Amino acid sequence: MLGYILKRVLATIPVMVFVALFVFSLLYIAPGDPAAVIAGDQASPEDVEKIRKSLGLDRPFIARFAEWSGQILRGDLGRSIFTGLPVAELIAQRIEPTVSLMIVTLLLSVIVAIPIGVVAAWMSGTWLDRSFMGLAVLGFSIPVFVVGYLLAYVFALQLDWLPVQGYTPISKGFWPWLENLILPAIALGFVYIALIARITRATMLEVLSQDYVRTARAKGLAEGGVLFLHALKNAAVPIITVIGIGVALLIGGAVVTESVFAIPGLGRLTIDAIVRRDYPLIQGIVLMFSFVYVLVNLAVDLIYTLVDPRIRY
Amino acid sequence: MTDVLPRPLDVLPAAAPQLPDILPPVKPRKGLWGFMLRHPTLAIGAVLLAIVVVLAVFAPLLGTVDPTALAPAKRTREPSALYWFGTDAFGRDIYSRVLYGLRVSLLVGFLTAILASVAGLLIGIVSGYVRALDAIVMRMMDGLMSIPPILLAVALMALTRASVENVIMAITIAEIPRVSRLVRGVVLSLREQPYVDGAIAAGSTTTRVIFKHILPNTVAPLTVQATYICGSAMITESILSFIGAGTPPIIPSLGNIMADGRTLWQVKPYIILFPAIFLSITVLAVNLLGDGLRDALDPRLAKRI
Repeated sequence: MLGYILKRVLATIPVMVFVALFVFSLLYIAPGDPAAVIAGDQASPEDVEKIRKSLGLDRPFIARFAEWSGQILRGDLGRSIFTGLPVAELIAQRIEPTVSLMIVTLLLSVIVAIPIGVVAAWMSGTWLDRSFMGLAVLGFSIPVFVVGYLLAYVFALQLDWLPVQGYTPISKGFWPWLENLILPAIALGFVYIALIARITRATMLEVLSQDYVRTARAKGLAEGGVLFLHALKNAAVPIITVIGIGVALLIGGAVVTESVFAIPGLGRLTIDAIVRRDYPLIQGIVLMFSFVYVLVNLAVDLIYTLVDPRIRY
Repeated sequence: MTDVLPRPLDVLPAAAPQLPDILPPVKPRKGLWGFMLRHPTLAIGAVLLAIVVVLAVFAPLLGTVDPTALAPAKRTREPSALYWFGTDAFGRDIYSRVLYGLRVSLLVGFLTAILASVAGLLIGIVSGYVRALDAIVMRMMDGLMSIPPILLAVALMALTRASVENVIMAITIAEIPRVSRLVRGVVLSLREQPYVDGAIAAGSTTTRVIFKHILPNTVAPLTVQATYICGSAMITESILSFIGAGTPPIIPSLGNIMADGRTLWQVKPYIILFPAIFLSITVLAVNLLGDGLRDALDPRLAKRI
């Protein structure tokens, strides 16, 4: 068990190195010469050359990559071109709203999607199943910001049930925090719910045709017990996999959702970085999100062994 | 419960309906109509997509005006008989912009689907066939896959100038790893099939095995995957344009039209609403087509997803 965990953790290293190499190449081939930018308009070519040397920009790719990786490992993501502040600091300032949004969305989606998937599988072929799966296809077809505007227009502007935009830190109280996140979480979760519900339904359909399910029913177990204890437990592995893979959707969607609901998180920071072509900042954000994504999927792999004792390594 | 004993034979109702010895076989209806009845999802998707494509192709003939013509005097007009979908903050006719925007979205969707399928097919076959390359290629694909697709596209777009071609390239690169993995999986499972062994034993060259036995089997899953890529590429284009990292603002793509309506959405929601409806219908059509194709081409896959 410990050996498996170690092996799985080590296996993420090549992936992370590749991601780092890719992200570093982005900055390496990015248009614009940082030395020229720092030197300013009045500098002579010799000055630019001197700055380039002092920054170590004249050294070969591999040497610079090695040095940059060392900095990353120490938590130094470089400095933003636009603000001059460390990228790590800028990210740290904006991380709370984004993490809050993603956690609320994740919880909401799992709570909503799994029962939908189970019921759809249980009643497969009925109108309920069809309408759930129809909604799921719709979920894949509407861009996240459209769902966001639609929800904000109906529930905030017209009905006035929830705030239209903005974010309140959790330190100001739980409800004010949650109140601002409900609509964004539903908007962001729409695709995610569709994804999880579909895989839950598909896996449950397979499990429900197994012999042990018939046995459970034959011995008189209540239907709820059959579905949620026997069947769902055995369907858990593919569902958890998709929950992990779907985090990529959440990350991409969060950028847009934050823009719709004026949440001052990493999404806002990303958009500002794109507009200003602030490459070190873009690089830092992509790197951070990718590492989070890799770690989420590592966690998923380790959870397998907990939920499914058949998996032994 | 008075009558627990079996009834005597003579009280059996005499007129049990006569069944013919052999039931007539259920004849599936032939032709296009029959096919559509058997695959309603596919049919609805195909019809919807055909309508959208016709709208896009014949946009100049459908009462549109120049989608980029500015008319400051007529800005933010509500939808009316004159301006079917209203006008935006620059007085541009949204109806015309939506129809021309469909062209851009469809182009991005179709081209991305084709390019990603071709590239993924090549990488997948090489990776599935050349053992020495497999590990390294797949680690690279794992690496690319561990960057969330929208962020990957954003990062690539930040490097290049905004243009439709670059949007297509960026989304294609983000989609390639998934296609390669799919093709590689098919190739690996086919390699173990006895008939492939048979072909090799009978002296088929590798090229022949790939073209005669491997490629035909990738067509079904790849077609299904391509339709999903087409749908998600159109969504990604709109998201990229919406956050300002996509199609250049001068080109009316559906994403750009919605991005223009961003600041006014509370007072003039129709600027976003109409392009949103058209984009969603288009993506829905493609997704339904994909679901339908999946059911029609591979009933086993249909059960799994």
